[in-house]
Amino acid sequence: MLVSLELRPKASKAMVYQSPLIAVFMTLITSMVMFWLMDTDPFLAINAYFIEPVSTLDGVAELLVKATPLILIALGLSVGFQANIWNIGAEGQLTLGAIFSGGIALAYFDVDTPFLLPAMLVFGVLGGMFWAAIPAILKVRYNTNEILTSLMLTYVGLLLLSYLIHGPLRDPDGFNFPESRLFHDSALLPIIIEGSRLHIGFLLTLFIAVLTWMLLIKHIIGFQIRVIGMAPAAARFAGFKQKKLIWITLLFSGGAAGLAGAFEVSGPIGQIVPVISPGYGFTAIIVAFLGRLHPLGVVLAGILMALTYLGGDAAQITMNLPNAVTGVFQGMLLFFLLASDVLIRYRFKIGSIKKETT
Amino acid sequence: MLPIMSKTPMLQLFGVTKRYPGVIANNNVDLKIMPGEIHALLGENGAGKSTLVKYIYGVQKADSGTLEWCGKQTKINNPKMARKLGIGMVFQHFSLFDALTVKENISLGISSKIANSDLDKEIINISKKYGLPLDPDRYVHTLSVGERQRIEVVRCLLQDPSMLIMDEPTSVLTPQEVELLFRTLRQLSADGVSILYISHKLQEIKDLCHTATIMRMGEVVATCNPDHETPYSMAEMMMGKNISTPNRVEDSINKSPALIISDLSIQSEKSYGTDLKNINFTVNTGEVLGIAGIAGNGQKELMAALSGEVLAERPDSIKIANEPVGLFYPNQRRHAGMVFVPEERLGHAAVPMMSLWENAFLSGATKMNFKKNGFIRVADVKDYTHDIIKKFGVKTPNIQNIASSLSGGNLQKFIFGREILQNPRIIVAIQPTWGVDAGSAAAIRQSLIDLASKGCAVLVISQDLEELFEISDRLSVIYDGKLSPSINTKSISLKQLGLMMGGVSVFSEKGAIENVS
Amino acid sequence: MIIDLIVPALLTIITASTPLVFAAVGEIVVEKSGVLNLGVEGMMVVGAVGGFAIAIITDDPVLAILAGALSGMLMALIFGLLTLYFYSNQVATGLALTLFGIGFSALLGHKFVGITFEGLPKLYISGLSDIPGIGQLIFGQDVLVYFSILSAIAVTWFLGRTRWGMIVRAVGENHDSAHSIGFSVTSVRLSCILFGGAMAGLGGAYLSLAYTPLWVENMTAGRGWIALALVVFASWRPWRAFFGAYLFGGITIIQLYAQGLGVDVPSQILSMLPYLATIIVLIVISRDDSRLRLNAPACLGRNFHTSG
Repeated sequence: MLVSLELRPKASKAMVYQSPLIAVFMTLITSMVMFWLMDTDPFLAINAYFIEPVSTLDGVAELLVKATPLILIALGLSVGFQANIWNIGAEGQLTLGAIFSGGIALAYFDVDTPFLLPAMLVFGVLGGMFWAAIPAILKVRYNTNEILTSLMLTYVGLLLLSYLIHGPLRDPDGFNFPESRLFHDSALLPIIIEGSRLHIGFLLTLFIAVLTWMLLIKHIIGFQIRVIGMAPAAARFAGFKQKKLIWITLLFSGGAAGLAGAFEVSGPIGQIVPVISPGYGFTAIIVAFLGRLHPLGVVLAGILMALTYLGGDAAQITMNLPNAVTGVFQGMLLFFLLASDVLIRYRFKIGSIKKETT
Repeated sequence: MLPIMSKTPMLQLFGVTKRYPGVIANNNVDLKIMPGEIHALLGENGAGKSTLVKYIYGVQKADSGTLEWCGKQTKINNPKMARKLGIGMVFQHFSLFDALTVKENISLGISSKIANSDLDKEIINISKKYGLPLDPDRYVHTLSVGERQRIEVVRCLLQDPSMLIMDEPTSVLTPQEVELLFRTLRQLSADGVSILYISHKLQEIKDLCHTATIMRMGEVVATCNPDHETPYSMAEMMMGKNISTPNRVEDSINKSPALIISDLSIQSEKSYGTDLKNINFTVNTGEVLGIAGIAGNGQKELMAALSGEVLAERPDSIKIANEPVGLFYPNQRRHAGMVFVPEERLGHAAVPMMSLWENAFLSGATKMNFKKNGFIRVADVKDYTHDIIKKFGVKTPNIQNIASSLSGGNLQKFIFGREILQNPRIIVAIQPTWGVDAGSAAAIRQSLIDLASKGCAVLVISQDLEELFEISDRLSVIYDGKLSPSINTKSISLKQLGLMMGGVSVFSEKGAIENVS
Repeated sequence: MIIDLIVPALLTIITASTPLVFAAVGEIVVEKSGVLNLGVEGMMVVGAVGGFAIAIITDDPVLAILAGALSGMLMALIFGLLTLYFYSNQVATGLALTLFGIGFSALLGHKFVGITFEGLPKLYISGLSDIPGIGQLIFGQDVLVYFSILSAIAVTWFLGRTRWGMIVRAVGENHDSAHSIGFSVTSVRLSCILFGGAMAGLGGAYLSLAYTPLWVENMTAGRGWIALALVVFASWRPWRAFFGAYLFGGITIIQLYAQGLGVDVPSQILSMLPYLATIIVLIVISRDDSRLRLNAPACLGRNFHTSG
C-alpha cells in the first residue's frame, strides 16, 4: 500500500474552507499530546486555554479587544499577500502608528477637544504608512526585497520606541519609569460595553473589513491585485502597473497596522509603554493565512487567534503554564494549515503504483 | 533501406496504459523497434507521444503494460537505468542548464564513470566523428538553439547508445540544420543504433524514417512504411478526418498602412534575451504579414514591444496609422485599436486559476467599457463571455470554470475570441496555433484570414512555416533581433526562407534578397 | 598601545561574526538548490536553545554543539517536508518556521532562563597562543570559530569543484531538466535544506554557548534575517558571505565600543546600526537588477512538482 498525491482535475473549492478546520483540529490534537508530555492534564489545559477565558461576557469582550489589532493588521496583510507583496514588518508599522498617535495625544495633552481622537487615528495611519513607505520606495526604485527591509525596520521601530520612551516621551512625573503620561479622556476611545475594555475600534475594524471586501472582490484594484499575485505576466499583458500596486498594497497594510497601533494606545493601554504589542504584527501573518486572505475569513481567524493570547494569559495564571505555549500553538496552526492546503489542488491516492486505480 | 541486422527487436512495448485525471494519455499501446531502424512516432499534439516516450525513458511510470529490451522483459525505473541499458534521449524542451558550461551539462547527463575520464577529448572525438562541432567550455546561455541540441546529441552518443529517442528535434532548427541532423541520424542507423523519432511533420518522416507508428487520442491507429504513403494519407491517419485548408479571398480591399514600425531598437531586459535592432516594417489594412524565425531570435521581445509591455524609446517608432504610440501602455494601445495574443496561453494571455469571465475582463476591460467608477460590471462581462463562447465554439460547461480547466485548443479559441470581439484594427499574434489540436488550429487560422478580409491588419509571428505559407500575404524573417525586408509569399521558396532563418542570405549577402523580390 | 585596543576589538568581531557565517553559508547551499528558506531565524533560535539545554544537562560542549546542529536540522526537516512533499509556499512556510521557532524555543528554554554556562573551551597551543596580540587571535579561538572558517572554504569547494556540488547547482538552475535527466530533485533539495538547518543551528548554538553563554528568549534578535540578507549581498558565493559576516560583526562591535566609550548618542540609536546597515547593503546590491538575476539560482523559491 502506498499513499501518494495526485493532481485534482480542478482545485477543490470546498477544501479551501475545510483546510483551516483540519488545521485547527490537528493543532488541538497535537497540543493535547504536548500538554500530556509536559505532565499537564490535556483536558484541563484545553479547558483553561480555550473555554474558561470566554465563559463570561467580560471574557468575550476581552477576546474582541485582542482580536481587533489582529484582524485589522491581517486585513492589510492579506491584500498584500494576494499580490505577492510580503510585508512582514507590521509589528514595526504598528509601533510607529502608536508613536505617531500617542505623540499627538501627548503634544495636546491638556487640550480637551473632540478633534483630538480623530487626529490621533489619522496620525496612527500616517505613522504606519510612513514606515511601510520605506520598503515600498526601496522596492520600486532599487528592487530590494520587501521581506527583509520591512523586517529590519521593525527592529529599528522597536528601538526607536525604546529610545523615545526612555527620553522625550517619558512622563516627567513618573519617577523615571519608562512610560508616558496617562492620556487625557478625550484621547481615549469610547467603550462599547460598560465595564469592559471593548472599544469602538472593534466596530471600526469590522467596517474596514467590509471596505476591504469591496476593494478585493468588487473593485478593479482587487482584481489587479489578484492577477498580479497569480500571474505577473498576465498582469503586464493586461497593462496593470506593478509599481502602483506595490505602493497601494504596502501603504494599505502599513496604514492598517498603524491604525491598530493607534487603537492600542488610545484603547486598552491608554498611554505609551515600552511594549505596545505582544507580537500582533507577526501573529497577524498567521491570521491572514488562516482566514484564506479573505476579509470575512480574517475576522473569524482573528477571533480564534485572539483566543490563543487570552488562553495563554489565563493558563499562565491558573495552571502555571509558560506563556510561550501561545507562540507554539500559533506556529503549529500555521504548519498544519500549510500542510492541509495541499488538499486544495491535490488528493490522496491510495494503492500501489503498478495496479490500475481510478 | 533498413540495414539488415539481428531479428530480435531492440525494444518492444505491450499494452502500455497511462491515465491522468480526466484523460487517458496512452491506451493499450504496442510498439516494436528493430536494431538500426529509424522508427517514427507520429501524432498530433496531445496524441500521447510524449507520455509514451517518458515511460520508455523511465521519467514516468505507466499504470499497466510491459516493456522488453533486446527480447528480455525489463522494468525501467528511472533515466539512469535507461541510460545504463543504452537508451539515450534528446528532449524537445532541452534538459540543459543555462548557467553551466557545455562540459558540465554533458557530465551531468552521463554516468560519473564516463564523466571522470578525459571528457574534453571524448567530446571533441564524438563531435568530429558525427559532424557536431562544440566548444566544451562555453556557457550554454551563449549558444544558439541548434548548438544546444548538439549538446544533447553528443551527451547521448558519449554513452554509446543502442537506441536514441528524439522528441520533435526539428521544431527549432532551420531546414539546413535539419539536413545536417538527418545525416548524423542516418550514420547512426547504419552503425546499428535504433532511433525513435517523434514528430508531427509528415515530409520529414517520409524523408527519414523506415517505419512509422501513428497515434491518435492515446491509441495506436496504424503502423506503416512511410515510403508507401503520401504525406496526405499519413495526415489523414493522424487526424482521423479530412483536413481543411483555409479559404482566402484575394485582394478585394484597398490597402493602407495600419501599423508602421520604424527604426525600433530595444535592449532586452532579460539576462539571456535578444536585443531588437533597427526593426522596420509596415502592416497594411486587409493583409496578413507573417514573421518567421527560429525561437530565441527576438520574437518575444518584438511581441512585448508591440503590445506595450515594454515601451519603445521614441513615440514614433511605433505608429497606428498616423498616431505615434511608442510610449503608449498596453491599454492605451488597445484603445487605439490594437489587440494582442501572446504565446503563452496560461499565465500570460490568461490567468490559469481565474474563471473564464474574469479572464474575459482581463484584456476586454478597457475597450469594452466594463468598468464603472472603478467597479467591475460583472453582468456585462458575463454576457460578453457567453458571446465569445458561442461565436468561437469554445467547449466549456460554464463560464465560472477556470482557464486551466480548458484544453489548449479551446482556451486558444477563447483567447482569440476575446480579442477579435473587440473589433480590432490591428491584431498581433505570436505562435497562434502552438500546441493546439488540428481542428482548433484550422479555425483560428480561418478567423485570422477572415479578419484580414474585413480590413483588419494582421501580424503573425510564428515558427510554423506551413502555417505562415498558408495564411500570409507577405513574409519577413527575424534573426538575431533584426528583421528582413518582407517578400511576397508567392515568390519565396522554403529553401530561401530556411537560409534567411539561418541568418545567411539577407544579412550577409544583400544580393540574395534582390533576386527574390 | 594600539594593539591593546585592536586585538580585543578583533576578538569580539570574530565572536559577533561567527553565527552569521554559519547561517549564511548554510543558506547559500539551500538557495543554490533552488529553495528559499526564510526560517533561518527560527532554526537559529531553536539551535540556540537546543545547544544550551544539552550544555547545562550534560555539561559536555561537544554534545551541546551537536545538539545545536541537530535542533536546527529538525526544524529544517519540518520545512523540507512541508515544501517538498506538501508543496506549500516557501515564503509562507519559512515565516511559519520562524514564528514557531521563537515560540517553541521560549517554551523549551523557559526552565533555563537565568542559568549561565562557562562557555566553549578555547584552543590553547603553548607558545603559539602566547604570542602577544596575534597569538590569541589566531590560535586562541574555540572550535566553532575554526569550524565556521572551514565551512566557508568547504562549501566553496563543494559547490564549485565537486560533481555533487554541480548537481546541487543544476537542481537550483532548472529542476525540470534535472528531473528529466534522472536526478531526484526532492532528495537533493531535502539534503541541502537539512544541511542549511544544521548550519543555522550551529550559528544559534554559538550564540548561546560562546557569544553570551546563557539563554534569553528571542536571543537571535534578527541575526537569521541578517544572514538572509548576507546571502543576497554575497551573490550566493560562500567566501563573500564570510567577509560580509565579518563586516556586520564589525558594525555590531563599533556600536558596542561607541557605547563603551561614552559617545553621546543614545544606545538605542546605536543598536539600530546593524539593521540599517542591512538595508543599505540590500539597496546597493539590489540596484543592479540584471546582475542579481544573473547570479540568483533560476528556480529559487519555485516548488517542483512531477507531472506524473
